[in-house]
Parts: sequence; structure tokens; C-alpha cells
Amino acid sequence: MAISKEQVQDKLSAAFGDNILAYSEPYGMLKVEYKATEHYKIVRLLKEDETFRFRFLTDLCAVHYPDEAGRELAIVTHLHSLENNFRLRLECRISDKSAEIESLTGLFAGANWMERETFDFFGIRFTGHPDLRRILNVDHMDFHPLLKQYPLEDSSREDKDDRFFGR
Amino acid sequence: MVEAPAGLEGQGFFATSLDKVIGLARANSMWPLPFATSCCGIEFMATMGSNYDLARFGSERMSFSPRQADLLMVMGTIAKKMGPVLRQVYEQMAEPRWVISVGACASSGGIFDTYSVLQGIDRIIPVDVYVPGCPPRPEQIIDGVMKIQELVKAESLRRRNQPEYKALLKSYGIEVE
Repeated sequence: MAISKEQVQDKLSAAFGDNILAYSEPYGMLKVEYKATEHYKIVRLLKEDETFRFRFLTDLCAVHYPDEAGRELAIVTHLHSLENNFRLRLECRISDKSAEIESLTGLFAGANWMERETFDFFGIRFTGHPDLRRILNVDHMDFHPLLKQYPLEDSSREDKDDRFFGR
Repeated sequence: MVEAPAGLEGQGFFATSLDKVIGLARANSMWPLPFATSCCGIEFMATMGSNYDLARFGSERMSFSPRQADLLMVMGTIAKKMGPVLRQVYEQMAEPRWVISVGACASSGGIFDTYSVLQGIDRIIPVDVYVPGCPPRPEQIIDGVMKIQELVKAESLRRRNQPEYKALLKSYGIEVE
């Protein structure tokens, strides 16, 4: 049984109305943008709907757009309906001042480590997450390295003195 | 066969100082602990293979327990999260112990000038010999091991009692009894 992009759009628009901001199809894959307050509810509806059956959380990550004031952080969720062979990209935006969003751990056990990683690199606090600690970086790191205000280079590097490179 | 150390030789006897004999024995029976984390480790495997054969220098036997190793060979990128592990391995090694840092990453962070990578293992443990290269060829690794052998031959018997050595370890915050 196959489902179409229109079916998904109709279902989401009917259930969430104005809280859905836009649909688009970059690279042929349906992308839904919505208000961050609806994050958990949208994923739950897509997962529990008996027709769509989006039962697999492919990925969950974030992107930092420092120039877009008030909506700096994009939280991107990829869902996969294995039975329908249908992939879906979800995106919502939050401000980096109050980077907080509801956790999906109640729906997908696999969201646990993905949200920890997103917290580690972007400092997004997932409310309701059972164990929101750093996962990849050292525990005592005091910043979130993929936020673009922090330099990529290690500040303790000594051999990159400009005098040695003629800069 | 290795050259005999300098000493007094006569009919039926040979006399030299004990530390030279022990230095000779230590230098030619080094048990390396390979701490290989990336491509330098692959070069090290070639160094151990029949073509280059580190066993010719008395380092036939790899030790995968730090307590039985004399030489810690750090080969590859050490992430900051790996730092405490490397340090613990070093601390578990018995005296006398030596460290060789193989390749640009272990020596200085190499191309990985980034927030997650340790910018040289000498920030957490003392290093005796650095082998440059990205990655170094097996000949270079052998040359580094031979440099270590020179150090070992010239080492005093109880290095751990020397004030310089104690001060060095103290500067790294490593406990010495």
C-alpha cells in the first residue's frame, strides 16, 4: 500500500491548520515546516496513524542559522514509514535564547541518544528527556561547539603562530 | 648480536659497569604497547610485518597490558575524550617506561585543529621521542624506536628516583611514590 505526499499534507493540514507553516519538496522529499509547539503532537500523529505508520525515526538533528533573528535553530526530524516506503522531513524553528523543545523519547526510544547529541552540539534542551547529558564531547566542555559563535579551531593550539607562516 | 659496552677485557674475563649491561639488556628487549588509533597504526602494522620487522630490534613481543610494557607507542589522533584513557594507560605502566609519539596528530594534533582533538599528547603525558610524518613511513618509526634504544642504553638504573624525573612527572600532575 502506497501513500502519497498529498495524503500526508491533507492529514497534517486538517489536524494542525495554521500551525503548519509550509510544505516543500527539496530533492523530491516532502518537507513540512511547523510551529515548534506542535513538535511532539505532529510526530505522534504521524507515528500512530494506522495508514501512514511512520514507525522509524531516521534522524534528529539541528542546524544553526545565526543571522535569522528569533528563529536561529532549526530542529530537523526525519521519519520513515517502512511499510509504505515513504520518507518525510520535518523542520521547526526555535530561538537560541530559549532553546527548548519537547523530547520525542516518549515516542521513540532511539530519540534518546539523538537528542543527547543535539544537546551536546547545539545546547537545545529537550524537556522530558530522561538523561540529557553530553554524549560525544568531553563532559567538562563548557560550550556547544556547533553553534557558530564558537570557533572551530582549538584555542590551545600553539604551533599555528602567524610568524611561522608569513601571515 | 649487539656490540658489547665499553669495559675492561682480559683473558677469560670482561668487566664493565652494571648499568651499562642492564641498559643493553633493556634496550634490546623493549616490549611495546601499541596505542594505535588511526592511520599511523597501519604504518606500524607494516613496521611489525616481515618486510621491516621491528622484531630485529628486540621488540618482537607486543604487550597489550600496560603493566607489562616498557614502551608506549602512541600512533594516531587522540580525541580529548580519549585523553584520560591514554593517561591512565601511561600511569599503569611500570618504571622504567618510555613514550614515543608517532605522527603529526599524536605530536601536535596535526590537521585536526579542532575543539574535539587533543593538540599533542605531550599535554597530558611526557614524551621521549617524536616521529614526524602524516603518516610516517615504517623506516621513520624504526628510527624513532632506535632513538628510544639510545635513551634506554644511557638511562641510569633508578631513573624514577632522580629529582629531574620527579619534577617532570609532577609537572604533569602524575603521582610518584
